[in-house]
Amino acid sequence: MTVQLQANKAFDAQDIERLVQDHQVHRDVYTSQDVYALEMQHLFANVWVFVGHESQTPKHGDYFTTQIGSQPVIQVRHSDGGIKVLHNRCPHKGTKIAIDRHGNTGTFFRCPYHAWSFETDGRLKAVPLESGYSDTSFETTENANGIKPVGAVHNHRGFVFARLADSGISFDDFFGDSLSSIDNMVDRSPEGRLEVAGPPLRYMHKCNWKMLVENQTDTCHPMVAHQSSAGTAVRIWEELGNPEPRPPAMQIIAPFMSPYEFFEKMGIRTWPNGHGHTGVSHSIHSDYDSIPGYFEAMCFTYGETRAKAILDENRHNTIYFPNIMVKGPIQQLRNFIPIGPDKTLVESYIYRLVGAPDELLARTAMYNRMINAPTSIVGHDDLEMYERAQEGLLSDGLEWVNLQRLHPSAPEDFSQEAVENGTTERQMRNQFDAWKTFMTSTMPRSASRNGSE
Amino acid sequence: MTDFTHDEIIDFIYAEARMLDEGRYDEWLELWLDDAHYWMPLDYKQDDPHLTTSLLYEDMFMLKLRVRRLKGARTYSQKPKSRCSHVIQRPFVDLLDNEAGRYQTNTSMHYVETRLDDQILLALTATHDLTRVDSALRIAGKRVDLLNCDAAFGNIQLLP
Repeated sequence: MTVQLQANKAFDAQDIERLVQDHQVHRDVYTSQDVYALEMQHLFANVWVFVGHESQTPKHGDYFTTQIGSQPVIQVRHSDGGIKVLHNRCPHKGTKIAIDRHGNTGTFFRCPYHAWSFETDGRLKAVPLESGYSDTSFETTENANGIKPVGAVHNHRGFVFARLADSGISFDDFFGDSLSSIDNMVDRSPEGRLEVAGPPLRYMHKCNWKMLVENQTDTCHPMVAHQSSAGTAVRIWEELGNPEPRPPAMQIIAPFMSPYEFFEKMGIRTWPNGHGHTGVSHSIHSDYDSIPGYFEAMCFTYGETRAKAILDENRHNTIYFPNIMVKGPIQQLRNFIPIGPDKTLVESYIYRLVGAPDELLARTAMYNRMINAPTSIVGHDDLEMYERAQEGLLSDGLEWVNLQRLHPSAPEDFSQEAVENGTTERQMRNQFDAWKTFMTSTMPRSASRNGSE
Repeated sequence: MTDFTHDEIIDFIYAEARMLDEGRYDEWLELWLDDAHYWMPLDYKQDDPHLTTSLLYEDMFMLKLRVRRLKGARTYSQKPKSRCSHVIQRPFVDLLDNEAGRYQTNTSMHYVETRLDDQILLALTATHDLTRVDSALRIAGKRVDLLNCDAAFGNIQLLP
């Protein structure tokens, strides 16, 4: 039985639901242009998507351009100190208001085409030769309202998220307890705040965005796919006689060769709405003194008990559905930006822990460079796998992609938080469950069908 | 103790590019001092490799790891292997100090890397810091500034 989408058909919610089974997904979720278009129209509109960090726009008029799904947006600091997220489109003829990656617009935006001007929250300020619109009912049009803001914006501890849709799930309901990962990352700053450090790495992949998200909690690939990089690092180090202190490559790349047992014990936690993380087991041997001055600064702010609790929480990769991964212990965020069904731009940001010694930022910058750059040998290993998968899925020989590892005998309930063996694919199943929910919540549902399907 | 001429410094830069194009990586590694770094900044006119991200900031362990990995039987991103080509403009010799044995060059390059049907072109400026050791020139540092450092890249697998 084939369930693939037929071209040129109007799709309903059931068409999408049929693509996701409890232990496998249809390859169309990765390869179909129609599914991709529906993701942009429904999924990325209905959920809360990461935009940027408030430190990218510190002063009134500071802005930064990015996209939410396929929508070009501007993150801007308004006069009231709040962050706004606006559609990057002049309400007049559609010109993008800004095309540089970041800048400062002063106290208002001015479209370069006809000089319509707007407050920094998008409201229309002035139109030149305004008399030309008298008695035209211009004021009743949507264009007269100015630049359209997105549906809703929320700033959680400096991280700016937005929901394109005017109505939908609230920020707190969507994320729930998963916000604890961001909280732990920010709490690692003795001043309780982060600052973006430099521009992001920008790595283009010829594969579907969901493959990248799934890889973040794929704990059975590192010892195989990264053997060429991590395995070789270990071998060279051993040939040199295991010198200490270890070179950076050994601290940062070699751990990718950890055995299955390590990942099994590490554990995976899933939360409702598609969020989850690897690295559940607390580190009881946190190296509090590894960087001079840091533990003291943390104790000064939080007291020793709380400081230890913060530093003991060593989560690895936290997925915030739909498309970001946060690595709290090293203050790194990866944004998997969809460009097409077979194209994804990965932007990898790092943040400074304000009030912490520079050595922590140096370690973070080193990790970003060695693992997430287009020049990273670990990155090369992964990209090769994704791009081969994107090409291999064109084969009609098999139509389903398996996510069955450690699937329990009873149906899974993703509405409950769960902690399981670290090699489970439950988090991938969790993501698709949320995908199904948030895609179909705004799609038409056809009347029940008669006869065979 | 040798004094190097202008032309000999320039010839060294051409020879390095040819080594990379011909895949003579082990020979290339021999050119480097043990404490040297290969730096490819991420930001235009970046001045610090430590407190912000770079595309590369490789010590000798990392350069050796890259070279060894290229030959690996399970290096799947190199099945088939990438190839590269450097077309370089005559280097400027910005420092020629035979007394101290230190030299610096500045070279514009067009670097091409290809694998299967993909071919990329990167325009760059390479700054080499060279040191005289015994009677040979060695690389004390190499900085590669990509013209489009802020663009999005696919895999860059070899070393410009």
